[in-house]
Amino acid sequence: MKVLLVDDEKELVTTLAERLSIRGWEAQWATSAEEALDRLHAESFDIAVLDVKMPRVDGLLLKKKMQAICPAMKFIFVTGHGSSRDFQTGASEVGADYYLVKPLNIDKLIAKMNEALQR
Amino acid sequence: MTTDAGLVGRTGLQFFGKMCASISHDIKNVLAVVNENAGLVEDLCFAAERGKPLDPLRLKRVAADVKAQIRRGDDIISGMNRFAHSVDSESVQVSLPEIIELLSALCSRFAAMRGVALKVDCPEAAATVVTSPFLLLNLLWLCLELAMAAAGPDRTIVLSAARTENGACLRFRKLERLQNVPADAFSNEPAAALCRALNAEVRIDGQAQEIAARLADPRG
Repeated sequence: MKVLLVDDEKELVTTLAERLSIRGWEAQWATSAEEALDRLHAESFDIAVLDVKMPRVDGLLLKKKMQAICPAMKFIFVTGHGSSRDFQTGASEVGADYYLVKPLNIDKLIAKMNEALQR
Repeated sequence: MTTDAGLVGRTGLQFFGKMCASISHDIKNVLAVVNENAGLVEDLCFAAERGKPLDPLRLKRVAADVKAQIRRGDDIISGMNRFAHSVDSESVQVSLPEIIELLSALCSRFAAMRGVALKVDCPEAAATVVTSPFLLLNLLWLCLELAMAAAGPDRTIVLSAARTENGACLRFRKLERLQNVPADAFSNEPAAALCRALNAEVRIDGQAQEIAARLADPRG
């Protein structure tokens, strides 16, 4: 399965991509919405893991843009909020069913990705 | 009716909360990177136990990344500490370059979210003013919020501060879109109360493309 990780924290996405690759995922990364959209125009992905808060274009708006290019794509959101409660309100408005709070647990992330892909 | 003290207190609390939320977000990001690096070491060890040789260079890179995040976390917490102590005294000698540097450190994430870079330009290293550091930071934050909406095409705001004849002037420059900001944008009640508390005046100057906060120093 191909996953695109998008977060402006480069060290986070590169390390996470490496860890997912070790587990058999074809993982690629981008550090901005613009870079993510460029990648999506060049190749397709099964699922994307998006940071909610990113410069200029946030994760929720990026999801809409990515969905316009690849309607079948699934999404997981990652938030740096201390509590997921605030994020839930905004996320439900754009249909973000799957989200996780930083720091991530990779097993939980993979479980969520599998759940989203089987939906 | 709300008193000036009530308005300043409420505005200050909102400002304090906003900064704390941003700082906690930054710390979460540091922890997230450290967490992934620790996880990667576990993954590499797990692979080594199954016969894949450990690459010492890869481990060194992980250690370097963790050290870099520790430095970053330490900078964030140092800024948080200075910010927390800004409420300690209502009137104290404040270093202008230091307060501008602190404002820049506290607000760089907000600026980055809006695609804006902050550049500090304070050549007068010894310049000071006697004031409330917390209220001054609050006033400068309100100025910066306006400034970020007016940043020019290169999206850089220059923050500067200098002594004046009877106080100090703190400037937000290179605001090439300041014409879009109404001249009375700073005349809302919380901002006005804050200006009165600081004996300050904020001017929005479209021609000079800057927002300037002038403070009177009780020392004269």
